[in-house]
Amino acid sequence: MLKAKIFRVLVPALALMFLAAPALAAGELAKIKEAGKIRIGVFSDKPPFGYVDENGDHRGYDVYLARRLAQDLLGDENKIEFVLVEAASRMEVLESNKVDLILANFTVTPERAQRVDFAKPYMKVALGVVSPANAPVTDVAQLRGQKLIVNKGTTADIYFAEKHPEVNLLKYDQNTEAFNALRDGRGAALAHDNTLIFAWINENPGFVSGISFLGNLDSIAPAVKKGNTELLDWLNEEIVRLGQENFFHKNYDATLKPIYGDTVDPETVVVEGGVLE
Amino acid sequence: MLDSALNVFRQGRNLARLMEGLWVTLEISAVSVLLSMLLGIVVGLLMTTRKPLWRAAARLYLELVRFVPILVLLYIFYYTLSRNWGINLEAKIVAVLVFTLWGTAEMADLVRGAATSLPAHQRESGRAIGLTESQINRYVIIPQAVRRLIPGVINLTTRMIKTTPFVFFINVPELTKVGQQIVEVAGMKNYMASFWVYAFIFFIYFAVCYPISRFSGFLEKKWEN
Repeated sequence: MLKAKIFRVLVPALALMFLAAPALAAGELAKIKEAGKIRIGVFSDKPPFGYVDENGDHRGYDVYLARRLAQDLLGDENKIEFVLVEAASRMEVLESNKVDLILANFTVTPERAQRVDFAKPYMKVALGVVSPANAPVTDVAQLRGQKLIVNKGTTADIYFAEKHPEVNLLKYDQNTEAFNALRDGRGAALAHDNTLIFAWINENPGFVSGISFLGNLDSIAPAVKKGNTELLDWLNEEIVRLGQENFFHKNYDATLKPIYGDTVDPETVVVEGGVLE
Repeated sequence: MLDSALNVFRQGRNLARLMEGLWVTLEISAVSVLLSMLLGIVVGLLMTTRKPLWRAAARLYLELVRFVPILVLLYIFYYTLSRNWGINLEAKIVAVLVFTLWGTAEMADLVRGAATSLPAHQRESGRAIGLTESQINRYVIIPQAVRRLIPGVINLTTRMIKTTPFVFFINVPELTKVGQQIVEVAGMKNYMASFWVYAFIFFIYFAVCYPISRFSGFLEKKWEN
């Protein structure tokens, strides 16, 4: 509860206090090769994108890509140092040089693009709204004056605060907290990335995705430190190369399909070769 | 239903992972507490000297550190130092550094309080029976000061242990964060997972802090006479 507020108030304040940042030296790729490992920021608690499984291994759609990048850049998919990041600290860890690369379900927005450099997208996402099957919400108009559950600082939070101020938002930090709140009937519905909602209703009969596509279709992309063009260029070429072998569909089959089941069309989620259609 | 909910501890290495998280918690708090005790005594004694410059410096340090939230200190030492001055410290080092800075300030104030709370006649009586200053310190002042110090030190120790979850902020997976990871993975299918995992974490913190608290009670009783 506390952490989201602190991040939101504190981080910009401190960031403003110390604006001057040292310039990036050239040869970022050479530096990674010299270190013999690439430092990649991933989520540790956001299945199915980035999480730690019951055996303590990193898993998920982002992690699958991370291992392939390490394989192609350093010749070994295990030459990765995983840094566990929080949603709100993804830009900080790049700016303070704690990681080389962020692969943490990072939605591209104009505000974020001012502080970090995004590579070509590897996934796409829109908002969805999930509600109990016996009281389905199929239109945003139904939510007027009702409580809608969202996660703090996510695209759902921002979208409803801006576009639908008539909806009362009930905000949580963790996905589990938010979904448990829906189950407990604390809100009429829950809005989140539609990809996550697909995964959740697959495990939870009794709930439906009354609205499956809402707001803009956003893209999700790797991010590097502002000005790290060497790594950025390599990533962009790599994503195009991987597209040629249909890598991201394989990734989908390996990491997302077991969770989404057959109800979801992979084309609504996967971006192949960095081309958003 | 209870059985299926409790399965969360039996899946894979979940229980071992929680213990590894506990180890991180204990590592950070034990090192920080020890360093804080030692440095706190030094700074605390500085605050009781007659040299105004030393006292002012110690005072300034205490006020600065004690009234800045831990999260701000963690942020500055982990992110800001690296971003602006290129000093890239490892997360665990930052955790120990920040907790020691904070613990030292708290400890120093406890030491100062204990040392100055002894009535002046204790020292004067010592002189009257012909003890030297160092003998007075050793046999009269320090034994009494230590007794007054114990409850505060124990309180500080348990507070430091319970404040370690803040290190999630600098990406260190301590006990609470590992619990969260487990809950987020198991919670998709297992509605009660969050309840049992957090209940277990509650129990672990209690199991760690309660003996420390009892030890303090034991010492106080022992020294009563």
